[in-house]
Amino acid sequence: MTKITFVKHDDEEIVVDAENGTSVMNAAVDNLVPGIDADCGGECACATCHVYIDEAWFPKVGNTNDAEEAIMSLNPDRQETSRLCCQIPVTDEMEGLKVRLPEFQF
Amino acid sequence: MSVAEQEFNHMFGKDPYSIPLEDYDVSQPELFMSGTELPYFERLRKEAPVHYCKDSENGPYWSVTRYKDIMEVENNPAVFSSEPSITLVDPDPDFDISMFIAMDEPKHGDQRKTVQGIVAPPSLAVLEPVIRERIVGILDTLPVNETFDWVDKVSIELTGQMLATLFDFPFEERRNLTYWSDVATTIPGPDALIQSIEERQNILLTECLPAFTKLWNQRVNEPPKGDLISMLAHGKETRDMGPMEFMGNLMLLIIGGNDTTRNSLSGGVLFLNQNPDQYDKLRANHGLIPKMIPEIIRYQTPLTHMRRTATEDYVLQGQNIKKGDKVAMWFLSGNRDSEVIENADDFIIDRKLPRQHLSFGFGIHRCMGNRLAEMQLRVTWEEILKRFEKVEVVGEPVRNYSPFVRGYAELPVQLRPLAK
Ligand code: HEM
Ligand code: FES
Repeated sequence: MTKITFVKHDDEEIVVDAENGTSVMNAAVDNLVPGIDADCGGECACATCHVYIDEAWFPKVGNTNDAEEAIMSLNPDRQETSRLCCQIPVTDEMEGLKVRLPEFQF
Repeated sequence: MSVAEQEFNHMFGKDPYSIPLEDYDVSQPELFMSGTELPYFERLRKEAPVHYCKDSENGPYWSVTRYKDIMEVENNPAVFSSEPSITLVDPDPDFDISMFIAMDEPKHGDQRKTVQGIVAPPSLAVLEPVIRERIVGILDTLPVNETFDWVDKVSIELTGQMLATLFDFPFEERRNLTYWSDVATTIPGPDALIQSIEERQNILLTECLPAFTKLWNQRVNEPPKGDLISMLAHGKETRDMGPMEFMGNLMLLIIGGNDTTRNSLSGGVLFLNQNPDQYDKLRANHGLIPKMIPEIIRYQTPLTHMRRTATEDYVLQGQNIKKGDKVAMWFLSGNRDSEVIENADDFIIDRKLPRQHLSFGFGIHRCMGNRLAEMQLRVTWEEILKRFEKVEVVGEPVRNYSPFVRGYAELPVQLRPLAK
């Protein structure tokens, strides 16, 4: 189990235990974190699992893939550290990961 | 028989298993009007999930009918282009109203970005109370224990008012929006709303375009505000649009928000009547409404398919799709694919993953108004349940003559008020 913190746009923090081998999106959905609807179930096809990664963490969560870039680039509120969290696998290295939930998804 | 003389209606009324697969053409409108289309798709999913139709009213095309294959096509917009059209009908070169739904990158993204904000969740929170007030206004004037047409009195009226709100369009003239949308999507014919393509163009150019141009000119000279026309008139990417592109964008939002939501409103009533156990479940627990809405939208699938055009040769499920071929992604069929959706043929209002459906498409063209549509439907059902024990269907629905817009022209109902 790996601890991941979701920070709501009103700064409330939700800490969850994520199972390794799943995705950060799964961790959110399994723990009923609000604002991650994940309509497509992790196929990188709906962009409803958008998060802002904490700056310090951004380089550590891996690269943005092409499909992810294509769909995120349509969003005017996309930021430098935006990711679709269904594309981020949970591993031991992610212990303590912090991501923010964008207001546009509430 | 020459192609021109050929009548493309040989499917209707036949046992789906008696027609050879090579003669299959699931785009024939008779199938949809009679409400008999689903078994044909079931056979395709089982026996020919990527199927080539050698000729139809609109020439040859491929049908993709399984959920996962549709996803593969949706997620590869470089190979499966949205240009020149997202329906099987090719656009008329002399009347090319351009909409970003039928554009590829980068133009599609540039335009979508400018208008997306108005239908994002924060704007919806502002719109919700206004919409609720309108819905209450409509529901409170309906006759009780008396037969009337739900499509006309509720579904059309409600979506018309909603559109007028979104565009800040003159309220008394709101039925024009519904009318133009219908003009744009109806298949022309002797008994149809319009008789010919020329008539369609004429109506849109002499009525719709001038009305919107007037509003545009007004809004462009006012400070930016929250309605769609103002957003287009002031948006960096959209303010220099030509008239056809401007009208294209408006038509897209009108059509997008009109038929689809309207038919989901009617469909929901019909499905709950066909499944009394689900209606009971809902009456006992109004908290199920947010889960029921996506299920209604799945079950209805208001747009049966979207078309793509291959930009290069591509092999899908062992089938050789050639550059230039038309490819129909049948959402209606993918939504009944039991490999992905459990008991897909059943209407179940408390599914675990209700949003796992294709009705809004997926990928970069995924419906921009999906949360708005869901909100409208949710608020409507909240208010219906506060007032009526049952919206009872008292006659057969009349279905649309279209293989694209799946819905109802009439749905006779009577309202049963809640026991006091
Ligand atoms: C239940 C209601 C609705 C359904 C079933 C529906 C369905 C769809 C579908 C299937 C697509 C194409 C997706 C694809 O190609 O993958 C689409 C696109 C679109 N819809 Fe909707 N829609 C609905 C409501 C709305 C509403 C209310 C609006 C108004 C704001 C809207 C605006 C749009 C726009 C602008 C696009 C083009 C998106 C793009 O190309 O990027 N839709 N819709
Ligand atoms: S869940 Fe759909 S893109 Fe991540």
